[in-house]
Amino acid sequence: MQDWTRDNDRLVTELEPNEAAVVRGLVGEIKDMLTARADQAPQDELAELTGMRAGPSTPPEESVLARLLPDFIRPERDSFEPEAESADTAGALRSLHEPELIEHKSGVAATVLDTCPERGGKVSLTEEQAESWLSALNDVRLALGTALGVSEEVPDEPPEDQLQREHYYVYQWLTWVQESLIQALSS
Amino acid sequence: MTTPAEVESTQAEPEEAATEERPWVTIVWNDPVNLMSYVTYVLQKIFGYSKEHATKLMLDVHNKGRAVVSSGSKEKVEGDVAKLHAAGLWATMQHDS
Repeated sequence: MQDWTRDNDRLVTELEPNEAAVVRGLVGEIKDMLTARADQAPQDELAELTGMRAGPSTPPEESVLARLLPDFIRPERDSFEPEAESADTAGALRSLHEPELIEHKSGVAATVLDTCPERGGKVSLTEEQAESWLSALNDVRLALGTALGVSEEVPDEPPEDQLQREHYYVYQWLTWVQESLIQALSS
Repeated sequence: MTTPAEVESTQAEPEEAATEERPWVTIVWNDPVNLMSYVTYVLQKIFGYSKEHATKLMLDVHNKGRAVVSSGSKEKVEGDVAKLHAAGLWATMQHDS
């Protein structure tokens, strides 16, 4: 892959076939995870009558999804409310906002799947599509970073495990892709 | 499930009124995955901050572990947190001290 460049009002690059497959595969995985989470949302009659969606009030148990769909309130410290009350508030805010957040993240993932050629080749995006790529690639990096346990304290060394090692190299590559896209968008 | 609606007091004490006016703040927390350039870019996009101001806030997040990036009514801050979550930043809201 080459750096992203700006061609008038479009953001342009070229992907190798395997690079396109990695992008599509991982973005698709995130989208599927989000869809599965949305399908778990409580179905209640009032919501169906009013058309107002309500998401679950508790965070996902799975760490990757929990990172993609964070709480609005941080309960353990920096809170002036009693803990139970702040958990209630966090639950209510999650229930209110999570459907929209999932919709947004699924939307940017869909844009990537629509604009990333299956067999690689030229990618040419409007600024809005490029913003979606930026968000969707960041979601993939958050997911991989969480799964790999990336931290600032640990030195950058590839893990021993074969699958983890592959994820690690993909993570590093996506970091570069994202950085390059930010530079092109800011230019 | 529901909770009883709050009954508004027509004779609020001055201290209570002051408490109500305490603004909410949006906090962005440091995390090891989000790129410094990305955090700066997102803060510029969402809040319309200058590159300099967004960079200063990003560096606060990076060096101090957190930064207050906006403040205002509960509704405003709630919307800001939602936008930051959409961008993948780790953000929360709280009542200012």
